[in-house]
Amino acid sequence: MTAATTPLAPALARAEASHAARRRRKLIVAALVFAGLAALPYGLRDVYLQNVLILTLMYAALAQSWNILGGYCGQVSLGHALYFGAGAYATTVLFVTYGVLPWFGMLAGGLLSAAVALLLGYPCFRLAGHYFSIATIVIAEIGLLLVHNWDFVGGAMGIQWPFNPDSWWTLQFARDKVPYIHFAIAFLALVWFVTWLIEGSRWGYWWRAVKDDAQAAESLGVEVFRSKMAAAAVSAFFTAIGGGFYAAYVSYIDPESVMSFRFSLLFALPAVLGGIGTLWGPLVGAAILIPLTEISRSYLGGGGKGLDLMLYGILVMVVALARPEGVLSLFRPRKARAEEATP
Amino acid sequence: MTAQALVQVLASGLLMGLIYALIAVGLSLIFGLMDVVNFAHGEFLMLAMYATFGLVLVTRLDPVVLMPLVAALLFVLGAAAYLGVVRFAMRAKANQGMVQIFATFGLAILLQGAAQYLFTPDYRNVPNSWLGGRTLDLGGIFLPWPQIFGALVSLAAFGGLHLLMSRTDFGRALKATREDQGAVALVGIDRNRVFALGWGLGAALVGLAGAVLAIFYYIHPQVGASFALIAYVTVALGGFGSVAGALVAGIIVGLVEALTAVILPPALKSVGVYALYLAVVFVRPQGLFGRL
Repeated sequence: MTAATTPLAPALARAEASHAARRRRKLIVAALVFAGLAALPYGLRDVYLQNVLILTLMYAALAQSWNILGGYCGQVSLGHALYFGAGAYATTVLFVTYGVLPWFGMLAGGLLSAAVALLLGYPCFRLAGHYFSIATIVIAEIGLLLVHNWDFVGGAMGIQWPFNPDSWWTLQFARDKVPYIHFAIAFLALVWFVTWLIEGSRWGYWWRAVKDDAQAAESLGVEVFRSKMAAAAVSAFFTAIGGGFYAAYVSYIDPESVMSFRFSLLFALPAVLGGIGTLWGPLVGAAILIPLTEISRSYLGGGGKGLDLMLYGILVMVVALARPEGVLSLFRPRKARAEEATP
Repeated sequence: MTAQALVQVLASGLLMGLIYALIAVGLSLIFGLMDVVNFAHGEFLMLAMYATFGLVLVTRLDPVVLMPLVAALLFVLGAAAYLGVVRFAMRAKANQGMVQIFATFGLAILLQGAAQYLFTPDYRNVPNSWLGGRTLDLGGIFLPWPQIFGALVSLAAFGGLHLLMSRTDFGRALKATREDQGAVALVGIDRNRVFALGWGLGAALVGLAGAVLAIFYYIHPQVGASFALIAYVTVALGGFGSVAGALVAGIIVGLVEALTAVILPPALKSVGVYALYLAVVFVRPQGLFGRL
């Protein structure tokens, strides 16, 4: 036994060492990228462009959150607007009605959403493929309808945040938007880091196995159901944090402005565009998609002509058809791609 | 609630349910044929309503007369959507399921934008049709004629579809292709052509539904989205790919929606339908008549 494995041991150790080195390199690259992003707002004084930057970073983080469940675990949710809305509403109601600081509100919203995800996951993860996706749309729609008719959370009228002096405590910055940019970068970096941790953990391998072939994974001893549940909880938690941030940023929420179906689509699209199940896909996708849609809306959307929608639709189609693996796969050498395919 | 009121609610629900079945059957047909969910289905419906509206304005004819023309236009749209978009989505080597979802979503957004560009976001309605605004009085039960007409069209369409599937070569080719895509090529059936015709047929069916809806429903670029969700629920409830399932599920959806509106505030009338759908698929993931 030992005699047979000895020649393998050094090779295995070498492979492990190079794997660890590769993962460390990814971490260093990420630290540089996020530090670089943090310096960006000082060169960007235009309020409109600052808004585009904040939204881009926020959607990058939200797409990364979606990617944890949709990209790594392969469960295409089109109902994440539910968790986004839960985070936005929890943060807003706790702050406006009870005076709880948004930081705690976001955490509460995150935990609430994770719990909801586990509760919903229990029946939903019995469904596969399109059945699962449609169930998520329907559940988010039920949530939207209920909030719409729930007077305690403002019903259709929504809730306005009170005007406060600029402060990190209340996350209110009426005059200078730069702190929001920094918050969004920190949020993105956090989700990125968690995804990086997952990638290297046993869960990461399990989730990818579930995505590739759930039945084969099950037969190899992977806990398929628990994998999906864990991915859903983590994904919902961070999506809700994003919802809380968005509520603080726009300072006014109503059901349509945080829970409508277009948000569910907006969380999935950057990940699909950049490359699902990758560390940088969501950021790359968001960096292309969000500025393009925001700017085309400003220049073409005037008067509700629909040109911006047409451009957006064509973009989504072209991306889906031309680059099923995502834009990121364009920049990767063939060898690395093959390596990634067989972890 | 009096017995008469209950009959009134059930009768209205039944009529609307048959119209829902007509909206949903094209979606189910396409899925059964090639395992693709068309997320632009609601937009097909929306365009059919606008086509009816536009044709009425131009020709001054009644929507009832224009219905075959609308269905023919939608047939072309459906076949074009397959040949122009979906055909390529099916060739994707990676993430095929996701590519199909987002390619058809992209198409949906494009069609919504196009409708907004051509017709503006304003709410429209078809003026002065023969059936619009008329009701039938059945001993105290009042039924609107447009809905009665729609229900009859739906029943006729399901009957016609059944004949088409069982009596014609095209129907047999369609059935064979859904059984085994590889084998049909061996007997000389062009798979691509069958798929294109299948998409055309599915879209033509939703075209009929759009022409009916245009008589009594407001038309705007987002009108498809609300009906689309009901259509997905109907198809999932009946079982993806099952034509008979779509008919039964459509009727159930119509009845449950009508009854929910009695119990809950009208704004929540869809919640009953969604809850029923979830209850069914959680127990029977393949729907009432579906195969896994």
